[in-house]
Amino acid sequence: MTRYRTMFANLDRKQQGAFVPYVTLGDPTPEASLDIIETLINAGADGLELGFPYSDPIADGPIIQASSIRALDAGVRPKECFDIIHKIRNRYPDIPIGILLYSNLVLAKGLDPFYDQAASSGVDSVLIADVPVKESQPFCEAAIKHSIAPIFIVPPNITEANLQRISKQSEGYTYLLSRAGVTGTESVAQMPAAELIKKLSHYKTAPPLLGFGISRPEHISSAINAGAKGVISGSAVVKKIEENIESLDDIKAALNDFTSIMKAATYYQRQTRIKVHAEEVI
Amino acid sequence: MSTAYFGNFGGAFVPELLIPALDELEQAFVDAQKDASFNEEFFSLLENYAGRPTPLTKTRNLSSNPLVTIYLKREDLLHGGAHKTNQVLGQALLTKRMGKARVIAETGAGQHGVATALACALLKLECCIYMGAKDCQRQQPNVFRMRLLGAKVIPVNSGSGTLKDAVNEALRDWSANYEGSHYLLGTAAGPHPFPTIVREFHRMIGAETKAQILKKEGRLPDAVIACVGGGSNAIGMFADFIDEENVRLIGVEPAGKGLHTKEHGAALCQGSTGILHGTYTHIMQDIDGQIEESYSVSAGLDYPAVGPQHSHLKDIGRAEYVAVTDDEALQAFQYLAESEGIIPALESSHAVAHAMKIADQAEDEMLLVVNLSGRGDKDLDYVNQLLSKEAS
Repeated sequence: MTRYRTMFANLDRKQQGAFVPYVTLGDPTPEASLDIIETLINAGADGLELGFPYSDPIADGPIIQASSIRALDAGVRPKECFDIIHKIRNRYPDIPIGILLYSNLVLAKGLDPFYDQAASSGVDSVLIADVPVKESQPFCEAAIKHSIAPIFIVPPNITEANLQRISKQSEGYTYLLSRAGVTGTESVAQMPAAELIKKLSHYKTAPPLLGFGISRPEHISSAINAGAKGVISGSAVVKKIEENIESLDDIKAALNDFTSIMKAATYYQRQTRIKVHAEEVI
Repeated sequence: MSTAYFGNFGGAFVPELLIPALDELEQAFVDAQKDASFNEEFFSLLENYAGRPTPLTKTRNLSSNPLVTIYLKREDLLHGGAHKTNQVLGQALLTKRMGKARVIAETGAGQHGVATALACALLKLECCIYMGAKDCQRQQPNVFRMRLLGAKVIPVNSGSGTLKDAVNEALRDWSANYEGSHYLLGTAAGPHPFPTIVREFHRMIGAETKAQILKKEGRLPDAVIACVGGGSNAIGMFADFIDEENVRLIGVEPAGKGLHTKEHGAALCQGSTGILHGTYTHIMQDIDGQIEESYSVSAGLDYPAVGPQHSHLKDIGRAEYVAVTDDEALQAFQYLAESEGIIPALESSHAVAHAMKIADQAEDEMLLVVNLSGRGDKDLDYVNQLLSKEAS
């Protein structure tokens, strides 16, 4: 959990927001996935959000669902996911690693064994897409026991009561949704009321990272201007894998460019220049 | 209102984003239950539009055993061709009550889709039905029926192209559009409050049966039997009998090509506990928790999970769950047609098949009620193909 604190403190000092890319573990194969994740880190990713492929990803749109299917077809199961994470952790001892998955994968292994293995693989946080705060207690208890941050999603329509409840339990970071719907770039990010971000800070919720539809540098500058501490970009990243699926070199080149551009958009002092830069990119 | 759990089962395992929509639905349902005008409109539609109460028919030739009397609860005679119409009318009225103009639904066999489409036509709601691409093929007449009723039918190609994938798509649509759209879930599964709402809007099946059998036989049945996919017709039949401890509750799951194969849909008989589509219940999964594809000759039972109250009833030993194969269901389908002049849905044929088995083995007098949850018109082409294949 302390890796997130260190990351946010360092970024604050450097006047930057966090750029956290998401990929599905094992997409398209375990070996390629390891290579892809290293590319992301070397191109400037501040943290990682790594998905476990699942048969029924109800919170994800078509791009991430397709990546799940690719990984499942490559035989990737939780064991292979933890193996990849373990390798990343050995090579990059400081980068915060979050995992994102669905509740049934946790239940199938058993709560305590799952969080135990996550901790020993070097995971910092666990986000379960289909566990809302009202069902979260047993998951949170197991997470805390193993010093893993339970991550909560704060949607734009959250009630005051649920927000307070999340604030009490949140560690690591808070996953702030830019809009309703599922993951994907078909609907672009919308900026949540700065008021919601103010409330998060008022309740001392863990630092907010904005997600859903983050696909362009100007989404990052808007997010940071609205008070977010960074962004999570999933479908836009995974799309680069899908578009270049024939060649791992092409995937890496595309992700290297994309990550560098997105990371550059997190610099506070460059916010005014982003718009010009963004037009060049697109 | 009851809690979100039935013993250890149930809950609402959905993205946080959907929680306000589920809370709103629960509140609307609680208020509606207390509102005499809501109930009046619901029961008036059931009587004057859908054709309730449905008859309880004493079979003349179905039972092989003179000791055993079998009655059929005739949900097949309900407008729409299946029990589904009951709860769809209830939820469509709730949609209006919440001020929403659009309905999203998933469908397997197409029965829930047809029922949803007709209720939406009647109540002037926009209707969008997700249906697995494979199911669209198997159930083409129902696809046409839905379109005729003004619904938009969206074939789902992802995953196995069956009911579970249609549910996934419907949930995604709802996540993006919950403010103006109601997700009209078709079975007694899914996140709280759906299992409770669906049960309450089907409860009249068992309530009518109870009154009818008391009138005809002067006593309660020894067992009520219903097929179980998600479990809505079964829970509707069981609800009023749960407290009648001398009445056995028997749910019949699809054994497909046999429980020893992987091709079945018997989540209670062969599955294990886990979470699918928002509820903690019995599901079909592999050792890592990936959901397995179910299989049944009947699209309406082809679902790898079951409503959480059924898991609870099994857990506490109040209900028994058994499974019937494709072949046994197909035989019952034909036998009921030949012996009683009634063509049952393939789903309901599973319950009929089990009743016939009980009758074959009975050594004492027995009074059975089978919930004949739907009619078989929709299955004629498919069964015709299957039987021709068998004959050649």
